[in-house]
Amino acid sequence: MTNHYCDLKNADVILIMGSNAAEHHPIAFKWIMRAKDKGATIIHVDPRYTRTSARCDFHVPLRSGTDIAFLGGMINYILQNNKYFKDYVVNYTNAPFIVNSGFNFKDGLFSGYDAQKRKYNKDTWTFDKDANGVPKRDMTLSDPRCVFQLLKKHYSRYTLDKVSSITGVSKENLLKVYKAYSATGRPDKSGTECYALGWTQHTTGVQNIRSMAIIQLLLGNMGIAGGGINALRGEPNVQGSTDHCILYGNLPGYLKMPVASLDTLEHYLKKCTPVSNDPQSANYYTNYPKFFVSFLKSMWGDKATKDNEFGYQWMPKLDDGKAYSTMHMFDAMYEGKVKGYFCVGADTAVSTPNSNKVRKAMEKLDWLVGENIFDNETHSFWKGPGVDPAKIKTECFLLPASATMEKEGSQSNSGRWVQWKYKAAEAPGDAIPVGEIELKIMAEVKKLYQKEGGPNASAITNLKWDYFDSKGHMDVLKISQQINGHFTKDTVIEDKAKGTSTLFKKGQCVPTFGNLKDDGSTACGNWIMAGSFDEKGFNKMAKRGKDDPTGLGLFPNWSFAWPVNRRIIYNRASCDVHGKPYNPKRKLLEWVGNKWVGDVPDGPWPPMANKEKGKYPFIMKADGVGSIFGPAMAEGPFPEHYEPVESPLTKNPMSGQLNNPAIYIFKSDLDKVASASEKYPYVCTTYSCTEHWCSGALTRWQAWLLEAMPELYVEIGHKLAEEKGIKNGSRVKVSSIRGEVECVAMVTRRFKPFTVEAKTVHQVGLPFNYGWLFPADGSGGDSTNLLTPSVGDANVFCPEYKAFMVNVEKA
Amino acid sequence: MKITRRGFLTLSGAVGGGIALSSLGLNLKPTKAYADELGKMNRVKAAKQTITTCCYCSVGCGLICSTDKATGKIINIEGDADHPINEGSLCAKGAGFFDLTEANKHRLTKVLYRKPYGTEWEEKDWDFAISRIARLIKDTRDKGFVTKNAKGELVNRCETIGHYGSSNVDNEECWIMSVKCRALGLVYIDHQARV
Repeated sequence: MTNHYCDLKNADVILIMGSNAAEHHPIAFKWIMRAKDKGATIIHVDPRYTRTSARCDFHVPLRSGTDIAFLGGMINYILQNNKYFKDYVVNYTNAPFIVNSGFNFKDGLFSGYDAQKRKYNKDTWTFDKDANGVPKRDMTLSDPRCVFQLLKKHYSRYTLDKVSSITGVSKENLLKVYKAYSATGRPDKSGTECYALGWTQHTTGVQNIRSMAIIQLLLGNMGIAGGGINALRGEPNVQGSTDHCILYGNLPGYLKMPVASLDTLEHYLKKCTPVSNDPQSANYYTNYPKFFVSFLKSMWGDKATKDNEFGYQWMPKLDDGKAYSTMHMFDAMYEGKVKGYFCVGADTAVSTPNSNKVRKAMEKLDWLVGENIFDNETHSFWKGPGVDPAKIKTECFLLPASATMEKEGSQSNSGRWVQWKYKAAEAPGDAIPVGEIELKIMAEVKKLYQKEGGPNASAITNLKWDYFDSKGHMDVLKISQQINGHFTKDTVIEDKAKGTSTLFKKGQCVPTFGNLKDDGSTACGNWIMAGSFDEKGFNKMAKRGKDDPTGLGLFPNWSFAWPVNRRIIYNRASCDVHGKPYNPKRKLLEWVGNKWVGDVPDGPWPPMANKEKGKYPFIMKADGVGSIFGPAMAEGPFPEHYEPVESPLTKNPMSGQLNNPAIYIFKSDLDKVASASEKYPYVCTTYSCTEHWCSGALTRWQAWLLEAMPELYVEIGHKLAEEKGIKNGSRVKVSSIRGEVECVAMVTRRFKPFTVEAKTVHQVGLPFNYGWLFPADGSGGDSTNLLTPSVGDANVFCPEYKAFMVNVEKA
Repeated sequence: MKITRRGFLTLSGAVGGGIALSSLGLNLKPTKAYADELGKMNRVKAAKQTITTCCYCSVGCGLICSTDKATGKIINIEGDADHPINEGSLCAKGAGFFDLTEANKHRLTKVLYRKPYGTEWEEKDWDFAISRIARLIKDTRDKGFVTKNAKGELVNRCETIGHYGSSNVDNEECWIMSVKCRALGLVYIDHQARV
């Protein structure tokens, strides 16, 4: 979230799209309702009528997988009707920037497409620069090559008729949402968006969110109270696990994983450190080398020295341009290339798309290590449906873990609040925390390498791994302080602005990432967490102060929010170029005299009207402004509608390009796709329920919750059920080209047929919370992901769980 | 007649409260339930209170665990009324948090091992598991290690071991795993954040 949960109360309009907040984030929804109580308009755009829809001002159903068409229509509406916030757009976004004359867009493809590689050459996705190397701007936004005009041209194609025909949303409903939401394009109004997996789980997932980011920039809704783009994320520490980057492409703090072509630390740092020639751009990532070298020091301690590039060569390197995501891993496992597999606190045999492929892939493993509080379908895959254990060679371990209330540590919520929690009881039996399991395994591996050696053994033998207490248990505070960072030698820090000079002793915590160095004198496990302790070792994550000086619900003394306790990021954009709040009634920040007052500002510099010392507000972007034109994306700098990989249509109504041209295609014999097929005529989507969580791997084992939601069901609209002669409560079979599940039919008016390209299209949906292992009598049914395809987003490979094609028949 | 729990506790400061109500012809069953609840409340009041965070969605609701000082067991978990986000309230899953504790008989309490081609789990101890897993990691890593890629560039990576998870463990544990994976040279590293 750019903002945080309590801040939802500050919005004038809330668009919930890609989320069923009332059922999946009930407590977040309380804050949405608080906004409604104060007069806010709440809109729900979703294929299905849910409890969220019931509490909103209005619900607008749309066909799964057509969000970009819907939002593209909103961009067009905003531009055609001059609803945008001009002062904000001109000063705080790249709308005035002049784009390379070679850039173009024709029939669904941007310039530079290579059909063989399914990738773009982005040489023309650039800005023209002046003699000093600063992007050229047209502050009148009238140059036909400026971002604003190109945006206008691109989305002029997203007419009401066109969008209605693609999405199945009536023109009246489109206008109702566009009018209500774009009313926030004024200084005194704020609009926010809440999304969840309904936006991410598409082959165009990232661009769904970027479409909204463009809208928020056009309306001046980024960086303000009651604004922003807010992912209601679905796991308790998914923010923290992302921040610590248990992800192939990044290292903790979103540092980039080295690739093979970057053969030295120097080359790596040069490539990863963005350059700006604009003196008014803070370009904060200019500090990248400090964060990276400090991370290497946290891994290898004293063994990481300037002479050995701080251990850079010990780090694994990815092949340039190659991805290693979950779907890639199971593809390689299915090919027999991955031999050993750690599945920690997860149930990938239920939660990964195309589960039949995943389960087959696991049969090829030599060994499997599971760490969990309950057994699940992944750990016990060797005795799953249709599997003969006597034929499975895999050596399996299932290690008992402590539940969350049985261990001390921190978790980060979606609003970036890092909250400390304490141990309430011992874990049952032999169970210990996952972290302790990992520490012990790796300590043993380290011993083996010290004794026997092996390839790149130095990476392991030199690893700093002293995170045990005197009794041999995990020392959580020690790890936490290593993440925060510390000085590796006595260091004097001069603060010229304050005129102070402070001595920090070796081993003292760094109070902020501003103190990190690239010379080895600091170690920091994750730079964005620097400042979670103060220099005396006080744990700010444990703070429980309830004061709220702004009245906006920032609660600055409750826990610690990264970065540097900033509660709303990009917050300097809530003020005009002179530092005066755009909305004095919801004053988040203000430049008073020679300093910012309010939330922790996005950097100390004066507002940008001060040409000498002032900085632009989007300090993490090299150009200092919000990216309406986003060249970092794989499939184009402007979001474009493409049909899901499985769609009811044979032709994309927007262009000759049916699917996202930049997605990766898996080619195994189990990666089948059936688009616009008579055999699988219904659009299908997946979702959760209040009583279960994710794969159900924790909640199915709980009697109260299982009793409330005992088994798999498919929701079918009334008209389709009538056509198929399916009665409410009867058993049905739902199938895709990849697999099938049997379940109960829930005949409902919550799904209504769509009219798409003048044809009737039915949509159905299933929850994804069930698996064969428990309930033990099999009454829960099996995983909905036996149906879903292993295709994913072009940028991040998030699978397309939310739009695929099925058939439904009486069982 | 509507009585909230808090209201009832005030009303029935003495056991006589229940009798007074029964003489009004009221069903005593709920009264007994309230009395049981009262017994629990006293136990909760005497218990050690510990703050925790919900382990389901990412809202980060606060909970208070009450642990019986004599047995060391958790006897009650409820929403933390002081927490600025949930203000004491919880959803169905959070309200059922107690069923994640030791009280749930399905919890794993032993190291389980299934040998190749085996048909059942066997109970083992930690020493066995840790040393056997470390051996498997080393053998698999060493056998499949890629020092240089097809272009001859130094890559020092292990493509034969995958790691998945987890966004439902604590930050400190996440960091430990992220670092462990890199030290081993793994590249197939992923978790729920992507899916």
